[in-house]
Amino acid sequence: MTRKAVALISGGLDSLLAARLIQQQGIHVEGINFYTGFCVEGHTHAIRKKDRDKVKRNNALWVAEQLGIKLHIIDIVEEYKDIVINPKHGYGANLNPCLDCKIFMVQKAYEWIQENYFDFIITGEVIGQRPMSQRKQTMPIVSSESGAEDLLLRPLCAQNLPPTKPEVEDWVNRHLLKDFSGRSRKPQMALAKKFGFENYAQPAGGCCFLTDLSYSVKLQDLWSNRGNKQYEIDDIMLLKVGRHIRPEPAFKLIIAREEGENRFLTGYKGQFQTIKTVSHAGPLALIEGDSLSAAQLELACAITARFSKGREADSVELLYADHEKDSRTVRVKPLPAQELPQEWYIA
Amino acid sequence: MSDVAIELDARRLFCPMPVIRLQDCINRQLVGTRVKIACTDPGVMNDIPTWCRINGHKVISSQEKDHEYILIVEKGKDGD
Repeated sequence: MTRKAVALISGGLDSLLAARLIQQQGIHVEGINFYTGFCVEGHTHAIRKKDRDKVKRNNALWVAEQLGIKLHIIDIVEEYKDIVINPKHGYGANLNPCLDCKIFMVQKAYEWIQENYFDFIITGEVIGQRPMSQRKQTMPIVSSESGAEDLLLRPLCAQNLPPTKPEVEDWVNRHLLKDFSGRSRKPQMALAKKFGFENYAQPAGGCCFLTDLSYSVKLQDLWSNRGNKQYEIDDIMLLKVGRHIRPEPAFKLIIAREEGENRFLTGYKGQFQTIKTVSHAGPLALIEGDSLSAAQLELACAITARFSKGREADSVELLYADHEKDSRTVRVKPLPAQELPQEWYIA
Repeated sequence: MSDVAIELDARRLFCPMPVIRLQDCINRQLVGTRVKIACTDPGVMNDIPTWCRINGHKVISSQEKDHEYILIVEKGKDGD
């Protein structure tokens, strides 16, 4: 009887190697990849013009193709909100709920193997690799709180952990698994070379925007000014784009930095008040905030004009539109750079 | 195209969401069914063909016009 395992595929080297180790033991492996909305894959590269010409592969798909396995990509955006908003085990250095995230993903994988008649779950975790979720003390927490218990096998560090059911039942040979630990990548790179894997994704700050300081500051600002920690997918997408400037608690500007971002923000004209420079080439800005006073709107226009080609002009004409219902032109003097305090920039 | 059974609008979605939309649709179809998907993320020109290769489906056509990417995919028999 061929045993079946599902591998959590992030797109990085570790999950690639873990899956290959298990494939080599005659196990049928398929991949599962979760989309949280915070995944670094693709987004800003797809928006910014300077990055659009680069070939941007999805690393999880690339890994699956290297392994010759099916990949199931699962949208968990809605369910994941509770993990981000109320992490039982708290946040890491930024707004990254890494331990809760790992528990949640393994729990989803456990549900998946039950629905699809698979035998166990594998991950690319390595003891000591990550300060929050991949420590010797937290690994049993992931196994137990996810419900997966001894059906969760970590092939890269299995020899440092108690035997799991796949090992005890001889579905896999424990002696052919690894005993990696710590932050060094050398053992993984050596194993990749042995397997003939090249051009794999290089680890560069993780695969989640929540580990990024600048992004976390913008998300915290969003929550603080709304008075709650809710968010929608458009909110978290917009945090990845443009300059975010909050002159007053009542409103924030999201100002495109280049053509690709202009095009992207144009798609939100039906949901936001917008400002666009007319007399000079310049960016589109979204206004997040309602019922702006005349003075606030003039300030918003002056800031937007400051990022246009007319920044040195005596006055710049802009078009203000309110959700495509009301629009009018506004003429302002662009705000001089020295009058735009650094603390207005979010992040 | 007359042999396209289903049309999906994945414009303004970023990868992997267009792939997920296509996957969730194709998984419910019979072998040979053709699905047309319209996208704005250029990443789909790489990601959808890769997803099709690993899951046993076939890209019938792909084209770009005015920053939109249109692909027609046929469900393969290995895709169940």
